[in-house]
Amino acid sequence: MLKTFKMGGVHPPENKISANSPIEVLPLPKTVTIPISQHIGVPSQVLVQKNDKVKVGTLIAKQNGFVSANIHSSVSGTVQKIEEVFDTSGYRRMAITIAVEGDEWEESIDRSTDLKKDYDTSIDIIQKIAEAGIVGLGGATFPAHVKLTVPQGKKAEILIINGVECEPYLTSDHRLMLERDNEIMIGTSILMKALNVSEAAIGIENNKLDAIKKLTETAKNYQGIKVVPLKVKYPQGAEKQLIKAITNREVPSGKLPIEVGAVVQNIGTAFAVYEAVIKNKPLIERVVTVTGKSLEKPSNLLVRIGTPVQKLLDYAGGIDENATKVISGGPMMGKAISNLDIPVTKGTSGIVVLSKKEGYRKEQNNCIRCARCVSVCPMGLEPYLLMAYSERQMWSEAEKDKVMDCIECGSCSFTCPSNRPLLDYVRLGKSTVGKIIRNRK
Amino acid sequence: MSQIVLLSIITLCAIGVIAAVMLYYAAKKFQVYEDPRIDEVEAVLPSANCGGCGYPGCRGFAEALVKADDISELNCPAGGASVMSAVAKVLGQEVKATEPMIAVLRCNGTLEHRRRTSTFQGAKNCAIGQSVYIGETDCAYGCFGYGDCVDACKFGAMHIDQTTGLPVIDEDNCVACGACVKACPRNIIELRKKGPKSRRIYVSCVNCDKGAIAKKACAVACIGCGKCAKECPHEAITIQNNVAYIDFNKCKLCRKCVEVCPTNAITELNFPPRKENKNAETSGVTNEN
Repeated sequence: MLKTFKMGGVHPPENKISANSPIEVLPLPKTVTIPISQHIGVPSQVLVQKNDKVKVGTLIAKQNGFVSANIHSSVSGTVQKIEEVFDTSGYRRMAITIAVEGDEWEESIDRSTDLKKDYDTSIDIIQKIAEAGIVGLGGATFPAHVKLTVPQGKKAEILIINGVECEPYLTSDHRLMLERDNEIMIGTSILMKALNVSEAAIGIENNKLDAIKKLTETAKNYQGIKVVPLKVKYPQGAEKQLIKAITNREVPSGKLPIEVGAVVQNIGTAFAVYEAVIKNKPLIERVVTVTGKSLEKPSNLLVRIGTPVQKLLDYAGGIDENATKVISGGPMMGKAISNLDIPVTKGTSGIVVLSKKEGYRKEQNNCIRCARCVSVCPMGLEPYLLMAYSERQMWSEAEKDKVMDCIECGSCSFTCPSNRPLLDYVRLGKSTVGKIIRNRK
Repeated sequence: MSQIVLLSIITLCAIGVIAAVMLYYAAKKFQVYEDPRIDEVEAVLPSANCGGCGYPGCRGFAEALVKADDISELNCPAGGASVMSAVAKVLGQEVKATEPMIAVLRCNGTLEHRRRTSTFQGAKNCAIGQSVYIGETDCAYGCFGYGDCVDACKFGAMHIDQTTGLPVIDEDNCVACGACVKACPRNIIELRKKGPKSRRIYVSCVNCDKGAIAKKACAVACIGCGKCAKECPHEAITIQNNVAYIDFNKCKLCRKCVEVCPTNAITELNFPPRKENKNAETSGVTNEN
């Protein structure tokens, strides 16, 4: 009997059409646009000026406060401008645009591909991870060093590496597990040391049998790491659901995973930690799945941060007139983008192109009180009720009914037979109640 | 038998008298004094409970009115001057006439003026639109047209014009309670002086982007060029964050700014049509919209 979380969950069509495409390196674009806010927290502080020369790996914006992250140049060249550009939401955000000239790297970075296990054990690993600007690469982009800093009085007992990739279409973590298995294991060992835990579990859903097999084989050479195959169910990749599935511990409402002794990091993050600690390489590139049924060549690409989305789509064969929606991230939780010039950021795990049939929402009808949204909610909430509260602006009732616990997985909207925009309203309630709570302090 | 009947009647009467006495003293002891004028004032108020005065409903406002020594600072926007003078009569005070206000929509990004660059299929709600993305156009400041303000209006003074995609404010019904101002997530709606003969001039744009970006998104965007500010003889216009603002307390409705605006971002309402010959008599012409 395979493990999974108990409450709720849905089974969206998997559509992992790019699962067999090996990771390819995307050629360098002419310019890159690097936003200074690619993480949850305070935007970074810009360190460069117009016309400055930068190399690959040069620090161009530094961490501004504890919950913030360093940002490094992903290309070598000249800083063209520092001004506001469109971001994923269409609003303008500050970004650094760099014109690419050659591909010159900072000398301190080890560019060789050979596998190394040894590193200077005297260094502060968490400090090193913060310097490299690593954030959660699953999509939430929470600065990794913050998660790894265990608050006083709490103790980490288990490190969970998230290889679930429960979003339909996306395969970037899957390919990374197949192709960089040893690097991920070493990265995991480094994280274990940083957290001072002796146990690590890598959770993988059993629709990725090759990855489970490969990592189980590799894990034998590393102490304390085990691979846990999981039953397929969305949203198993959500932190709290994954902890429940693997350890059977439940994170209390409003609390962080450390409350039950768990720290969760993504597969991509473990790989980035390996590169940062062993190869001294900051986070300047990531694997992005470019996929969609209408694309000629769905691919998994190693992309420099700041590359325009258009470049990725061109590489995958370009989009045709059938494409109606381009999503940054997965189709369940990702964001539709209104402009293809927006750059790939640290949190971009995939670019999904949806056709007319998949992309359009269906006509909205009245609630028929079937309670499917209640039965699929992995957090045990009542989405129909929270939506009604939001529509009527009953914020205190929404707060009482735990709107803040919503993980925005979208299972409710996905399952609603009346196609009601449940998540849209729950999210509105969550952001408004969040503001009210912050103002109270 | 008759004795039992008699006894129970006497007992009941005795209990009744004792209870009445207790209740009487309790009512005396715990009595909460309420000014009878509160009820009188409340009867005069429009009982719309719109909250436009800043108090929780008409009862709350009535309490505040009775408590206040000078009611000239308080105003019922829904009822206007007539209600306030009635209130003043009840309280035996005099009230200064306040100038009537009205809500104006500071966005003219109609379907024609603003190019639609994407389609939003999520819930048609401005607050959700604001939190999700820039909207169906490239303007990050303009009206969504999903009608949060229409829902907020308790006086039926707003509706969405399907040909322009923008809300329209009905001058006869708007009482300037400010509910729409609070409902708009982009702070587009403003309460301004209604003006003589309902004549008003205002900048119908709140786009803080630089001129080129604003103009690209919308044909009638304020580009912050400052021509109007230079032209204005009354120093009523200020430019802040690339957008002009007309102070309605200083504006003398001379319409010079409207003429110089290169993007037609300044709206004039209810003025008689312009004459080619400036000396022509205009007082006889009225505009009935």
